[in-house]
Amino acid sequence: MRAEAKLGFILLLTPLLLWLTLLIFIPHVDMFLVSLRERVGVGKHDTSLANYRTFLTEPLYLWTFLRTAVMSVVATAITLIIAFPVSYYIAKIAKGRLQSALFLLCLIPFYVSELVRTFGWMILLRETGLVSNLLLWAGLADQPVEMLYNDAAIMVGLVYTSMLFMVVPLVTTLESLDDSVIEAGYDLGGTGFSVLREIVIPHAAPGIVSGCIVVFMLSLGNYLTPTMLGGKDSLWFTELIYSQFIVRFNWELGAAFGFMLLFLSSLIVWGMLKITGQTLEKTMG
Amino acid sequence: MTPDLAPDLNCARLTKRFGDTLAVDDVSFDVPPGSFFSILGPSGCGKTTIMRMIAGFLDPSSGDIRIKGRSMAGVPPNKRPVNMVFQHLALFPMMNIADNIGYGLRRQGLGKAEIARKVDAALERIGLPGIGARKVDELSGGQKQRVAIARCMVLEPDVLLLDEPLGALDLKLREHMKVELKALQAAFDTTFVYITHDQSEALVMSDQIAVMNNGVFEQVGSARDLYYRPDTAFVAGFVGDANRWQGRITAVNGEAMQIETDSGLTLRGARHGRSLNVGDRAEVFVRPEAIRIAGTPEDLQHFDNRITGTVTSLLFNGAASRILVRDTAGEEIEVTLPQSGEYAALSRGDAVHIGWSGDQGNCFPAGAA
Amino acid sequence: MKTSTTRFTLSALSLAIMGLAQSGSADTLRLLTWGGYAPENVIDMFEAETGHTVEVTKSNNEEMIAKLRATGGGGFDLAQPSQDRIAGPQMEFGIYKPIDVSKLDQSLFIPSMLSATMANTTVDGAVYGVPHVWGTSGLVLNTAMAGSVKDYTDLCNDDVAGKVSYRLKRPTLIGFAFAMGMDPFAAYGDEAAYTEMMGKVEEKLISCKANVKAYWGGGDELMGLMRSGEAVASMAWDTGGWKLNADNPDITFVAPASGALGWIDTFVLPAKGKADDAAYAWINFVMQPKIAAMITEAAGNFTASKGADEFASADLKARYQASFPPEAVDNIKWYPPVPAGLEAIEGGVLDRVKAAN
Ligand SMILES: Nc1ncnc2c1ncn2[C@@H]1O[C@H](COP(=O)(O)OP(=O)(O)O)[C@@H](O)[C@H]1O
Ligand SMILES: [Mg+2]
Repeated sequence: MRAEAKLGFILLLTPLLLWLTLLIFIPHVDMFLVSLRERVGVGKHDTSLANYRTFLTEPLYLWTFLRTAVMSVVATAITLIIAFPVSYYIAKIAKGRLQSALFLLCLIPFYVSELVRTFGWMILLRETGLVSNLLLWAGLADQPVEMLYNDAAIMVGLVYTSMLFMVVPLVTTLESLDDSVIEAGYDLGGTGFSVLREIVIPHAAPGIVSGCIVVFMLSLGNYLTPTMLGGKDSLWFTELIYSQFIVRFNWELGAAFGFMLLFLSSLIVWGMLKITGQTLEKTMG
Repeated sequence: MTPDLAPDLNCARLTKRFGDTLAVDDVSFDVPPGSFFSILGPSGCGKTTIMRMIAGFLDPSSGDIRIKGRSMAGVPPNKRPVNMVFQHLALFPMMNIADNIGYGLRRQGLGKAEIARKVDAALERIGLPGIGARKVDELSGGQKQRVAIARCMVLEPDVLLLDEPLGALDLKLREHMKVELKALQAAFDTTFVYITHDQSEALVMSDQIAVMNNGVFEQVGSARDLYYRPDTAFVAGFVGDANRWQGRITAVNGEAMQIETDSGLTLRGARHGRSLNVGDRAEVFVRPEAIRIAGTPEDLQHFDNRITGTVTSLLFNGAASRILVRDTAGEEIEVTLPQSGEYAALSRGDAVHIGWSGDQGNCFPAGAA
Repeated sequence: MKTSTTRFTLSALSLAIMGLAQSGSADTLRLLTWGGYAPENVIDMFEAETGHTVEVTKSNNEEMIAKLRATGGGGFDLAQPSQDRIAGPQMEFGIYKPIDVSKLDQSLFIPSMLSATMANTTVDGAVYGVPHVWGTSGLVLNTAMAGSVKDYTDLCNDDVAGKVSYRLKRPTLIGFAFAMGMDPFAAYGDEAAYTEMMGKVEEKLISCKANVKAYWGGGDELMGLMRSGEAVASMAWDTGGWKLNADNPDITFVAPASGALGWIDTFVLPAKGKADDAAYAWINFVMQPKIAAMITEAAGNFTASKGADEFASADLKARYQASFPPEAVDNIKWYPPVPAGLEAIEGGVLDRVKAAN
């Protein structure tokens, strides 16, 4: 009986382990090994840290990473600021049909691919696009306005793409907050602001943290949105990785970039958790 | 010092509609300072609605609420001199005990040291000194209960509202907390408005009880009044246990009357000033402890209701033990055994004689409840 | 992390996929090519005539090489990178196998083009590529609004400020180098000279950056920019200009003063290709003049098929002649093979231009 149970357990676990090792672990080990190779001649490679040295000594790469990270943090913050009231409304104020309708509304952008979504924004924001024409028509501008190809456009695209990933964890945690706890906050003399600060936000902290981590990582790892909406100055770190792998045939440097991205983004997440006094366990719990 | 005659809480013609449902229907009452006032009624009768209107979470459809003489119309919950203990307590899980109790004081802008002093004093008061650093979920149900009350009481509200606060506790703890709540009320010397569907909670603790049904107050009075002098059939049936018969009135003689029950018994009762005439349908309520048992019918000569039957069940409960007696009509009548223990040897199937005075048979017009 | 792939898993996966694909029919030709190079009607005719089936994967130079590199030259039976991208990757990654020219009907090819391509794709005495489609890249201009633009460097003129678009890729570097009076092809073999040359191009591109509306990535993006008038001058392929010309007569392809850049897309056999016979059959089939003309119609570019011009549409010929007066044809700069490792130098330049403000 026990042996059978054990076998069953192993059988259940096998796909997960296979998945983890084949698709996560082995590729990463392999990529790490690739990142340690240095091209010394045609088809010849040595083991060295040259690729990491390149990353750390070339200000351009560091600067690109920094810019990507800062933009991602800002995108995360904006997403949070917009998503929080929306989630609060969905979780605590809207009831029944309206609630599910609003939730669905957040989901709709994900019925089309990221490419189509980004094209949608391009159609809206470009110089000959809808918004520009609308401004002209309304007399608010006397010549076409280019709203594409700048950091604000990237930000709009990132926030739009990330919204759902912030709303879902927020709605879930906010729904678990008993209405009477909020009422107690008011009953005992709290104002809207103090109830928000002392009761609602601390309660929603795990949702805020997990939403922020997901959105930050998604923004950092996004490729299409920043490159398409950012235009000539997009300068996104994944773009560097892509061009090393695909355009330059330089897998070694690309792999090193990939690892730096993994390492530095983990570091940033860890730092943020430390600053806000959260732990990953609390977030998962 | 002149006695403060103004009631702490005054509700005048309070009405609340939710769409088509009339949750609270024209309710008026006063709660004198320092008293323990209960609203007792079955679930869904509108108790919570009244309480939420007092606390300020709901606006009355009409009527006015005054606290210490001041109208509460348009005053938001956080500005009212009342505090509420919620049904599930609603302690703040994200704060420790001291922060929970100090929350309201922080909102009032008190200094840290003073808050700490007041919190410690409150913890002392509720008999839980030194637990300030604990987390909410490290406390037992009864301890949470006391913390929830302390959290309100540090703010020294004019009125403390409690919405079925014992509902979530197990029976033993509930019995204990009843006594404790009453003691806390005395200790804090604050007006309590307490709502419950459990009559024993209301009867034990309250100075005054309002019995509520379908949005209206059926009767307001002391526990004794409600128990012995119910104004309505609903109160008679809801407060305390009673045997009940329905029937038609066959004779009226002053306060005394005779009723022919649907099951075929002829019983005597009293109408206590209610208007009942021959031929009216009526209901008679008789408390189990008003009924006497005797070995022979002769011992019951002085009672004008006498029935002979057999014991069908023995409901042993120490001093409050009862038996069920099946009468000739086949109905079961609940009878309290005398505390002397002289009938302790009764067993199922024994023949017994029971009787009660017509004065104890409380008659109400039928269909009123 | 999306872009991180590894040889191990990719080859494991592709082995599995190949195993599946192979078990069905041995005559499936898996073709890795450009859009337009294998039109449906040609495939249908080929399948009917030979019994082989054709699976087409559309791609571009860099992706073709990246794909083949990831699988060590597997997953496809025939690929079509440009002739300058064969020798270098072959030396570095060994992703192709030699072509047996005797299995081809050499009489179908324009001889000069065939011999030039074979010479350019020879590594260690073995030939790796034969020519298929050729064309040029140069300037696509809205002549009504960008009259001042005669050469690549004119894209930095003030009168087209903010209305310029080009790719941030190597053809741009090469083109600017020529327009600046240098000869990058001559410097291919000299890393130091090439680096210095690219440094100058980098400076120019950075100072020119303010003029750029957007660096285009895909053909559709460029079409959109030119059609809407958001861009009036761009660097692009001849076919793109001709396509736009059909919609708007003002827009057309112009060979720049310093010379258009000529490219030839080839046929190569991936190292682990499994259907060489079908691959040879395909090459011989599509090089027939009539078939080649059908491909020209679909792709917009001419082929190395001898005599196919006769079957090309009059429209296309007219546009070609308008863009290429005889002296411009002579001035075309054909890409020589890119030595391995050159991309690293260019990559640094492109990265810095992208990052500049
Ligand atoms: N927010 C509301 N909307 C509609 N109906 C309500 C609302 N709150 C309470 N009710 C209705 O009012 C009546 C009284 O409810 P409540 O005061 O909660 O009863 P109790 O507390 O006595 O159990 C019930 O019929 C209930 O369904
Ligand atoms: Mg209730």
